[in-house]
Amino acid sequence: MTTATAQHGEHGFWTTHVFSTDHKTIGKQYLTLGLFWAVVGGLLTYVMRWQLAWPETVVPGWGEIGPETYNALVTMHGTIMVFFVAMPILLGAFGNFLIPLMVGARDMAFPRLNMLSLWVFALASLLLFISFFVPGGAAAAGWTGYPPLSAKAEYTGVNWGMDLWILAHALEFAAFLMGGVNYLTTAIAFRVPGMTFSRLPLVIWQQLTATTLFLLSVGPLIAGAVMLLLDRQIGTHFFTPGGGGDPLLWQHLFWFFGHPEVYVILLPAVGLVLDVLPVFSRKPIFGYRWIIASTIVAGGLSFIVWAHHMFVSGIDPRLAMPFSITTILISVPFAYLMFAMIATLWRGSIRFDTPMLFALGFIAMFIVGGLTGIFNGSAPADIYISDTYFVVAHFHYTLFSSVFFGGLAGFYFWFPKMFGRLMNETLGKLHFWLTIVFFNATFFPMHNIGLAGMMRRIANPLQYDFLVPHQWINVVATIGTMLLLASQIPFVMNVVWSLVAVRPAPKNPWQANTLEWTAPSPPPHLNWGEALPVVYRGPYEYSVPEAPEDWLPQDRVLAARAR
Amino acid sequence: MLNWLRWLPENVSTYGGDIDSIIALIWYSTAVWFVLTFGTIGLFLILYRRRAGRPAAYVKGERLAEALWVLVPVVMVLAIDLWLDFRGAPVWAKVMLERPPAALSIQVTGKQFNWEVVYPGPDSKFGTADDRQFDNELHVPVGKPVRLLLKSKDVIHSFFSPHLRLKQDIVPGRAIEAWFEATKPGKYELPCAELCGFGHSGMKGWLYVHPEEDYNRWVKEQWS
Repeated sequence: MTTATAQHGEHGFWTTHVFSTDHKTIGKQYLTLGLFWAVVGGLLTYVMRWQLAWPETVVPGWGEIGPETYNALVTMHGTIMVFFVAMPILLGAFGNFLIPLMVGARDMAFPRLNMLSLWVFALASLLLFISFFVPGGAAAAGWTGYPPLSAKAEYTGVNWGMDLWILAHALEFAAFLMGGVNYLTTAIAFRVPGMTFSRLPLVIWQQLTATTLFLLSVGPLIAGAVMLLLDRQIGTHFFTPGGGGDPLLWQHLFWFFGHPEVYVILLPAVGLVLDVLPVFSRKPIFGYRWIIASTIVAGGLSFIVWAHHMFVSGIDPRLAMPFSITTILISVPFAYLMFAMIATLWRGSIRFDTPMLFALGFIAMFIVGGLTGIFNGSAPADIYISDTYFVVAHFHYTLFSSVFFGGLAGFYFWFPKMFGRLMNETLGKLHFWLTIVFFNATFFPMHNIGLAGMMRRIANPLQYDFLVPHQWINVVATIGTMLLLASQIPFVMNVVWSLVAVRPAPKNPWQANTLEWTAPSPPPHLNWGEALPVVYRGPYEYSVPEAPEDWLPQDRVLAARAR
Repeated sequence: MLNWLRWLPENVSTYGGDIDSIIALIWYSTAVWFVLTFGTIGLFLILYRRRAGRPAAYVKGERLAEALWVLVPVVMVLAIDLWLDFRGAPVWAKVMLERPPAALSIQVTGKQFNWEVVYPGPDSKFGTADDRQFDNELHVPVGKPVRLLLKSKDVIHSFFSPHLRLKQDIVPGRAIEAWFEATKPGKYELPCAELCGFGHSGMKGWLYVHPEEDYNRWVKEQWS
């Protein structure tokens, strides 16, 4: 620790706030970049939804958009939300902030590598941002970038934008690889005495599983990205049939990564919710070890389900049923996780503070997304619903609920620790209710219009006679989107007001057990003073009969009877 | 809004009903789970809201006896899911694997942003002088199995007929087979369902399902 302390000795403005190696600062920087991209990705939806509801009209504040612009919007929205919002917030911000504080480390194992990770991500962000303004515009081949559409500029009219899109991905992956090495090393090697793996908070378990999935799955896609770049730049034919290549190869590489990737996003959100639930139910999480086992099983299975994204892609149809069955199997560990969350509420003493509302919102919305996943997972049903808005509805109920409801549960919960300020509860509750109402107004109707046959990624539904009678659904979803965006105003007000008006947060405002609440709010550099806490028990000992209060922190010595 | 099954377009193929019945089966199964889970959550939130003088129970759910409360529903989920797959497998096989002998073969080639529909003509062979090409028009007789040979000249397209419940991606470099048998005469849209470039939106053709005598008349007109 002494060398680390020496390294951390400098405290100038730049090294403290910009080029910092402190995991908390890096976490906040990831958070800031993620929130910036959330604003960009969110505003893109306004333009897209306007076009879908009232095609070929002038979008107020933007102008008229043509079909090529629409394709860029739909591509960049997906790319931004998955890789530049979900990952930096759920992994980058929460992983960086929470892992050292919750395992009792003074910082990440490799603080400089951690800083490099952040700045490589910032560079990736810069390239992606620039790609909006280069000749030909931003990438327009879908967030999945299927070649040959993505492999030759003549097919989309996008040249620079597509190359920058590939480069931004490559840098982003490199950033999260560096982060991942840090997360694993820190949580394995830097735990305080007493912090065994069976006392590790579940949010850390989820972060570690997600990180492992990412490390194991991203390799093939990085190879694929290099091959795609070669196809584009020097005329190789990995993915184009002219020289013997195969477009489906890309889909295999992409989805071999892509399905674990959705769990890379989902699991940290599940972790945030799993850590919020016991605090506000005042009850241990239901089945700690079972949850860890389920998580690992889900992670393992996520490597053998990828072809369910490709049922009608032209793969051998005999492959469909095996992948349909693995997909069915993966619903088992997730069913366990959901039921365990519900069982945690049973016989609790439930407090409805803002973090809890968002956690409950996650459970409710994710159940809907899980159930609609059964439609998609069924190969025969998928013949009809693949590439329709039903799929769009499904993955927003799963991913949006993860990033938004899960992420905000974590944000409201740890905000006092991150910034040393309390947030306003009334504004928080208002934010929750508006968000959940207009989230459903936006995405629930997409199930209906998807079953009516509306395809994804079309810019103008009115070009199709069979969709014209259903156009009112698009109008409903668009109005829902605009109100959903407006629903974030109380959130912005709350954050700004909390940061400006000083309502200092106590050390442990929620009466929670885990180690981060034993550090000051916000924790100083190196997190604790002279002595690190020592851990005596698991993270969810709430309402223990022998304890004087209804919470029993991990580091407290219980005098009478040690449990 | 809530009865999703009413939103499916009219089915006009022999296997569409099977696909619809799988969708219906899943819809009813998931609706039951939706009611059960939301009901339980709602009940717990009301019953176990914080009240003075009533502490939470110290239940960890680690022991098997406790975990069974969760494991039993999980096993039920697995059973229902497997049953749905078991019911779905024959439908998948019917649409994708067991193609009946076709009365007619038609080649559909996707290109930015049209469907080129080629008929082999009276000799039933592609690549001969009597082939005829139609842009964005697919004419078939009702009640006859039709074999489609799907190709692409540039990027990936997806041949989609909402009314037939048929969707098949078309990959350049491959010839992918599909089939259908239409059950009702009429004119139905054939959109492209895979993002294929700036003209993707609006890339569509029309499927004309003719009564048999009308179809024969159409054939005569084209190859006379």
